Amino acid sequence: MRLSTAAKTMFIPFIVAGDPHPDLTIELALELQQAGADILELGVPYSDPLADGPTIQRAAARALKGGMTLPKAIELVSLMRKKGVKIPIIIFTYYNPVLQLGEEFFFALAKENGVDGVLIPDLPFEESEPIRRLSASTGLSLISLVAPTSKQRIEKIASSAQGFLYCVSSLGVTGMRDTLPDELEAFLSEVKRYSRVPAAVGFGISTSEQVSMLKHCSDGIVIGSALVQKVEQLLDALQREETKQEALSEFRRYVQMLTAPLNQRCAPE
Amino acid sequence: MYDMPNEIGRFGEFGGRFVPETLMRPLEELEREFKRALADELFHVEYIRILQEYSGRPTALTYAANLTEKLNGAKIYLKREDLNHTGAHKINNAIGQALLAKRMGKKKLIAETGAGQHGVAAATVAARFGMECIVFMGEEDIKRQELNVFRMKLLGAEVVPVASGNRTLKDATNEAIRYWVQHCDDHFYMIGSVVGPHPYPKMVREFQRIIGEEAKQQFIEREGKLPDAVIACVGGGSNAIGMFYPFLEEKVALVGVEAAGKGVDTLYHAATITKGRKGVIHGSLTYLLQDEYGQITEPYSISAGLDYPGVGPEHAYLASIGRVRYESVTDEEALEAFEMLAREEGIIPAIESAHALAKAIEIAKKLPKEKTVLVCLSGRGDKDVQAIMSHLKGGMDVATVHRS
Repeated sequence: MRLSTAAKTMFIPFIVAGDPHPDLTIELALELQQAGADILELGVPYSDPLADGPTIQRAAARALKGGMTLPKAIELVSLMRKKGVKIPIIIFTYYNPVLQLGEEFFFALAKENGVDGVLIPDLPFEESEPIRRLSASTGLSLISLVAPTSKQRIEKIASSAQGFLYCVSSLGVTGMRDTLPDELEAFLSEVKRYSRVPAAVGFGISTSEQVSMLKHCSDGIVIGSALVQKVEQLLDALQREETKQEALSEFRRYVQMLTAPLNQRCAPE
Repeated sequence: MYDMPNEIGRFGEFGGRFVPETLMRPLEELEREFKRALADELFHVEYIRILQEYSGRPTALTYAANLTEKLNGAKIYLKREDLNHTGAHKINNAIGQALLAKRMGKKKLIAETGAGQHGVAAATVAARFGMECIVFMGEEDIKRQELNVFRMKLLGAEVVPVASGNRTLKDATNEAIRYWVQHCDDHFYMIGSVVGPHPYPKMVREFQRIIGEEAKQQFIEREGKLPDAVIACVGGGSNAIGMFYPFLEEKVALVGVEAAGKGVDTLYHAATITKGRKGVIHGSLTYLLQDEYGQITEPYSISAGLDYPGVGPEHAYLASIGRVRYESVTDEEALEAFEMLAREEGIIPAIESAHALAKAIEIAKKLPKEKTVLVCLSGRGDKDVQAIMSHLKGGMDVATVHRS
């Protein structure tokens, strides 16, 4: 698995498959790759996303209206590969669509279409044993989450983590936050003590100042709602042929602005 | 011996704990404290004392003499949960969970509500125990249950309208859980039914089994035997579990009644066990209404309390082993039973409970006179009068139908 090779702090963007259209998802993925993304998290829209705030809920609703499904999202990965997306891709999906597709079939389909990892936000460690075995046998990474409330749970989750460990920055659902908790740095360093894989941080990260602050204490930074919100702002422009290119460029410039601190040389230690 | 759920909250294959990692430790803490409370005699004594002094338990067992005579079949008995303080069985659970919250030192309650009965119960115990209460309620239900919204506000609760999805109970529950994820450090999530992640389905059952325990004893005192059938309505299924639980190992037919809305062969129903498939909703593996790709579909019922696409995992289990028979009743059948009980017995039932009653009427008619049927009348219908009035004005007059 090639999720964890980067020496610098990884940039891990999240977008929703099919928002606003599958073809545009591919183009947005290409822009993200160009802007320096190390891993792409491809969100599968769900009717009842318990871990998501309003921004991603709205994106999911748009994508579902357009007919996006879990198998279509997985097949989108293979189309992305054909169009030149080379970075690892993680499928982010709630558990119920996986159950309905069939867990074994899901992993086989993911493997066949070039997916590198899977993140299921409502499948906690204790319920994940069968899925963990399947992902291991297909050679995919099952990305685990740890949260500020995890405490004594961190050790068992971190020690069996695959790919990278996703650290939830603060209590709550996904969505942009003005401030991150003061204890975040201590939380991240505790996680890193137990983790054999890189520890990335996500939930609420939406400004370059936050990125700048976090790049020293984490191995990767996940940015979701801020990007999804940018797509929402550009909805009309993205969907009109004459303005699409400009909208894609604007999206890329926004991403570059947010992630600029990751590309500056680290201060010598 | 029936000993579900197991240590990890499974009723057979159903149940479990499918939630974001952030909630895992709060659930573990809740489970630990709940276990301690169950083992604590003083906790039980206080729970029973408050049920008696504050809610007026035990609730009556009423023989529906006129209804029985009219139908000329089995004798119909009603377990009168409508006589509880706040008008429904929901208060049993709310008192239990409030005591648990108090024990855990939490002073802020989160609740979701459909018909508003659980919201009112949560707001009530919050007032009684000096706690804050925030209730999530779908915008559609706020319209259907205006009176209960005002009651909650009178009781000092904050009611948050939920605009996502179909704007009903499912969406209110989503939003309550999201709020809980953000505030789990100092809030207690008071779930209203036998749904959600472990330990909720078990915990709510333990706080509702008093319905069946009382009813069983009252029935034996009155009839000298057990009833032939026990019938209750099922949305999430808390009154039904409470009623069925003490009868699970007896030779008694148990019938759960789901909402068939405009009919189980239309798109407009909430008959989860009858028409749903296995899946995960609100943290639990159970039956649910969903499309082929696992997206949860929008249920429909005239009754806000039954308008839910999932069902408690214990019901899913009891259905899978064949211990409880799950059937369904349409809006119109429920309305007919609603009117019939009002006219024959002078009791206006909640439209939810009228579903159970409609099935009881159907069953009783076919049985000989020496047989007996016990129905859980889970709540009173004051909250429904306005909605039913406008339904009758807009649609056909069910009164004429049933008089004919």
